[in-house]
Amino acid sequence: MNSDNLLILSFILFISAISIFLTHKNLLMILMSLELGLNSANIALINFSFIKQSLEPMVWVFILFAIAACEAVIGLSILIMILRNFKTLKVDEIKDLKEI
Amino acid sequence: MNAQDYILIKWILIPPLVGFSLNLLFKKFISEKISAFTASFAILLSFMFSLISFYKLISLPETIYLKEVLYKWFLVGPVNVEIAFRFDNLSSIMALMVCGVSFLIHLYSIGYMSKDRDIKRFFSYMNLFVFFMLVLVLSDNPILMFVGWEGVGFCSYLLIGFWYENIENSIAGKKAFITNRIGDTGFILGLLLLISYLNMNNIFLFDFETIKNNISLLLPYNLGFPLLSVISLSFFFAATGKSAQFPLYVWLPDAMAGPTPVSALIHAATMVTAGVYMLCRFYYMFAISPYALDIVLYIATFTSLLSAIIATMQNDIKKILAYSTISQIGYMFMGVASGVYQTGFFHLITHAFFKALLFLSAGSVIHALSGEQNIFNMGGLKNKIKYTFLAMLIGYMAISAIPPFAGYFSKDLIIEEIYNSGHFYIWLTSVFIAALTAYYMTRLFKFTFLGKSNYKKEPHESSSIMLIPLFILAFFSIVSGFYVDKFMHFTLAEIHESSAIPFMVKHLPLFISLIGILAGFYLTNENISAYLEKIFKPFCLLIRNKFYLDEIYQFSIINPLRWVSNNVLFNAIDRILIDRAMVEGSGSVLYRIGSFIRKSQNGNLQFYAFVFVISFTLTLMYLMAVIL
Repeated sequence: MNSDNLLILSFILFISAISIFLTHKNLLMILMSLELGLNSANIALINFSFIKQSLEPMVWVFILFAIAACEAVIGLSILIMILRNFKTLKVDEIKDLKEI
Repeated sequence: MNAQDYILIKWILIPPLVGFSLNLLFKKFISEKISAFTASFAILLSFMFSLISFYKLISLPETIYLKEVLYKWFLVGPVNVEIAFRFDNLSSIMALMVCGVSFLIHLYSIGYMSKDRDIKRFFSYMNLFVFFMLVLVLSDNPILMFVGWEGVGFCSYLLIGFWYENIENSIAGKKAFITNRIGDTGFILGLLLLISYLNMNNIFLFDFETIKNNISLLLPYNLGFPLLSVISLSFFFAATGKSAQFPLYVWLPDAMAGPTPVSALIHAATMVTAGVYMLCRFYYMFAISPYALDIVLYIATFTSLLSAIIATMQNDIKKILAYSTISQIGYMFMGVASGVYQTGFFHLITHAFFKALLFLSAGSVIHALSGEQNIFNMGGLKNKIKYTFLAMLIGYMAISAIPPFAGYFSKDLIIEEIYNSGHFYIWLTSVFIAALTAYYMTRLFKFTFLGKSNYKKEPHESSSIMLIPLFILAFFSIVSGFYVDKFMHFTLAEIHESSAIPFMVKHLPLFISLIGILAGFYLTNENISAYLEKIFKPFCLLIRNKFYLDEIYQFSIINPLRWVSNNVLFNAIDRILIDRAMVEGSGSVLYRIGSFIRKSQNGNLQFYAFVFVISFTLTLMYLMAVIL
């Protein structure tokens, strides 16, 4: 397998994750875009594993999976709390920090 | 001279401190009588211990002095300063005089202040004063001396403004304190120079004996002016502040605002002579520094003449005595500067007796007339208050240098020594001042006790507790002069043979004083004085206004200072630079920055995310640019 292809796939995924992160107004979508970004990093790591002919980056992939899982749990629970308190997940309606 | 340890010296100092603490801390629990009694008794105890130490001292050979080291005060590197007291031929006499006169004045105050509602505060201040004065007198190093020096100044301030309800008194107290502080800069300057240059020569102990033995090490130094002269003149400048000499004497006449016993104790007998005492202590330094003694002599003569002239035209009985004090202290400095400092010191002691006597008598007169101080509103008191009259007469004779009273011996000695030192014109001036002294004292005496009476209220003689101290002081004013030879022997003075002095020179001062007395009686007759005043009108105006010195100071020093303080220091530096620019300025700068940055904190999550991504990308690009 050509390793460059994987890197390009990772790059495309990351860019799309960032664009979703910046453009979407729904907090759930933003959180999902972060997951996508993390997965793009995973793909990049797999690529490096091929390049270096070693398993070390692969191991990092599993650590990253664990972190992503934790992060998703915490993120989702925060989202639920926000939904309860603000009755919405639209970021432009949650602006309590701005001075009144 | 060698030191011998002696443990009683600290007991001279402790009683006044205890008396002060008792009067201060247990103010609420003791009656006024007990307060006055403990205060006086404390001083009496000090006097007893001084006497015991004195007898111990005279039983020893001449070259030994008593010393007590209480503890190490501070150690800075190799510099070692101790709390140490020294009881030698100078400080023993001074301590005896201070304790004795203070005790008599404490007794007198019991009567004089009996109507005052704040008598406890008065006695606590008085005791504190005596304590500090004894620290000044007995200290064995100039640093500890400075503590006493400041302490007496502070007590003087407290006591001048004792009747603080009257704003005039507080102002007079402030004036005295500030003027003294100006002088004290001289003390600190001299002290620092002395210590630092002795340190350079590896002298790390600063008791007077060590300084005396090593002072000649400083002779080669030169700061544009010989170093020793700079140090000596700095110390003399401090003495002009404390002892009311020419540039800084203006506080003493105003200090008469305090109660009369205070004027007698602090502003006549003890504190104002501290400068003379310090010069005697440092005499070995003044003697070898070039110019120093000459400058002291000229300034002292000038002050003495000036204040004697001013005294001739004053009307307030206490003011006359105040100017006379300045003039007499000038004599003391002249005596010190004439080369035999013991003459000045002897005059200090006799002056303490007769000037305290004069002040206390004046207080008795004021007391008798219920607060009247203008001598033209007195007159004819001779038969009304006989005992006060007698006491005042003795004091008057003593200060006018009539034999056999004390002033004759001490003043004559000073005038002779000035003649011997070769300053002919200074000698002539000093003789003239003797005439002036006799003149103004006669004037005071005549208008107070003789002639027709001008008082409004009927006078009453003071109580016996006020009269007893008067008589004791009068006794000493008579007899202390006879001890002149013993005194000179005890203080190791080398007096010139009086037979070597021409007959005219020897007896001129007495003759001149008698002329002064005659002039005092004759020239103050109403029509003659009016005639003289008409002829010398500008002169009289000048003298009556004290040569406008207060006004000159006001215009040349105080007003510019006030202008600078108000416009530059207060308005420009304090208000604009510190308040506006630094205090408010730093706040308002942060506030402005904050109100600008606050726009970014708009709570828009996507904006945050955008900034985050952009800045992250930029950082990444920068890092890559650096690495690649």
